[in-house]
Amino acid sequence: MIQDLMIERAKQLLLSGEITCAAGWKRGDFITDSQPAIFESLQELENLVYDKYCAANLSKYLVGLNLKEGKILVFLKPCDSYSFNQLVKENLIKRESVYIIGIGCEGNIRLEEMQGTELLERCLVCTKTEHVVYDELVGEQLNAREARSRFEGVLELEQMSSGNRYGFWHEQLSRCIRCNACRNVCPSCNCRKCVFDNNKYDTGQKASVSTFEDQMFHIIRAYHVAGRCTDCGECSRVCPQLIELHLLNRKFIKDINTLYGPYQAGEDISAQGPLTDFNAKTDPEPGIIHQGGQADV
Amino acid sequence: MPLDKLDNLDNEDFTPLIVAFCCNWCSYAGADLAGTSRLSYPAEVKIIKVPCSCRIDPLFVLRAFQRGADGAILCGCHPGDCHYSTGNYYARRRITLFFSMLDYLGIEKQRTHLEWVSAAEGAKFAETMRAFTKQIHALGKNKKIAGGLRKELHANFSAYTGFGGQGGQGGQGAEPTEGRG
Repeated sequence: MIQDLMIERAKQLLLSGEITCAAGWKRGDFITDSQPAIFESLQELENLVYDKYCAANLSKYLVGLNLKEGKILVFLKPCDSYSFNQLVKENLIKRESVYIIGIGCEGNIRLEEMQGTELLERCLVCTKTEHVVYDELVGEQLNAREARSRFEGVLELEQMSSGNRYGFWHEQLSRCIRCNACRNVCPSCNCRKCVFDNNKYDTGQKASVSTFEDQMFHIIRAYHVAGRCTDCGECSRVCPQLIELHLLNRKFIKDINTLYGPYQAGEDISAQGPLTDFNAKTDPEPGIIHQGGQADV
Repeated sequence: MPLDKLDNLDNEDFTPLIVAFCCNWCSYAGADLAGTSRLSYPAEVKIIKVPCSCRIDPLFVLRAFQRGADGAILCGCHPGDCHYSTGNYYARRRITLFFSMLDYLGIEKQRTHLEWVSAAEGAKFAETMRAFTKQIHALGKNKKIAGGLRKELHANFSAYTGFGGQGGQGGQGAEPTEGRG
């Protein structure tokens, strides 16, 4: 079983002195509650689990990590490796201080119903079945699943009238309780001082008196990761109010793909990010947004 | 301000508030030229000078809307003429995505506009502002993305406290209009 192989390999590496600790998952209070953990000894490694509830993307936990010596071992699912790569590109993770073991993934379970067997939305549209970065692969790697197009939801919204779209988002975003879980879990959201923590602005961390603040928070949150979002889907996974945040991120991805050419964040470290780049001749004017489409109602 | 006064704000004659973000090197000089050429443009337009169109953070535009703006127009040097060589090329991509996102959220896209105005185009500046103001007049008051300062806040306040429901007086000594307190 893959979990045993992972534990065994981690122990070997720890004994050989190549790594000083390992980042993985351990069981929480419930069987469905597999949470990220750092393992520092052989004994602790016995508690490592890997199952379909291990949804957390471990890349973010490596941000700003400053090991005095040795390496940290991290287990990455294929989609997590994109986030990892993106963070390496942004110089937030030192590639040489991390030892990556790539592990296969069958998709993670939605936890909304405790006994659920339904996969997370991100897993239903997943096409990232191969690791983009690893030192070694452990266990069985899985073949490409049959996946829906990830832009279906965005397309559906785009075809609605402006008024209906507003209604949809009003309903979604007014549920927001500003717990900031989406921001904190996001591997791309990693400013040391977040604009929403600035208490000179009245955008600070607080429950909103109006839906406007929710709209503003979510527009800016999605905007700040535009061009860097690998579509890992963590934001939607952790939202306690089940807001479909991936629809915002994917809108930016879709726009970037159509306006500036296909781009997958985290795929290629040397590629220039779409918003830190430009093409003087072929970039369209912002006016194209105002042309066409339906009139606003 | 008593709450019923707040209510009436919405019924008064509509004078839009339009924020124009102008880059220091071209558009702001263009606005200056419009002035020295004695070309009039609507007084509803308030200009904010920014160093470069690239400096315009989408958050600025949202903040303008939150604080009661009814329209936001962004101006910069023509592509290729940026004082900093490439600033407006980056701005162009960012603003395009931002406008697209506003549209996606169902917010009237006509409330935002981008126009490249050079320092020599005083007449174009005045004409652009006239046209944009007309467009905002046609759209009416900004409701979808306004901050909760007027009606919405009032409505929330009434719902939570029972005060001020039907133009009742806010402040001390006012009786709850219904049995909630």
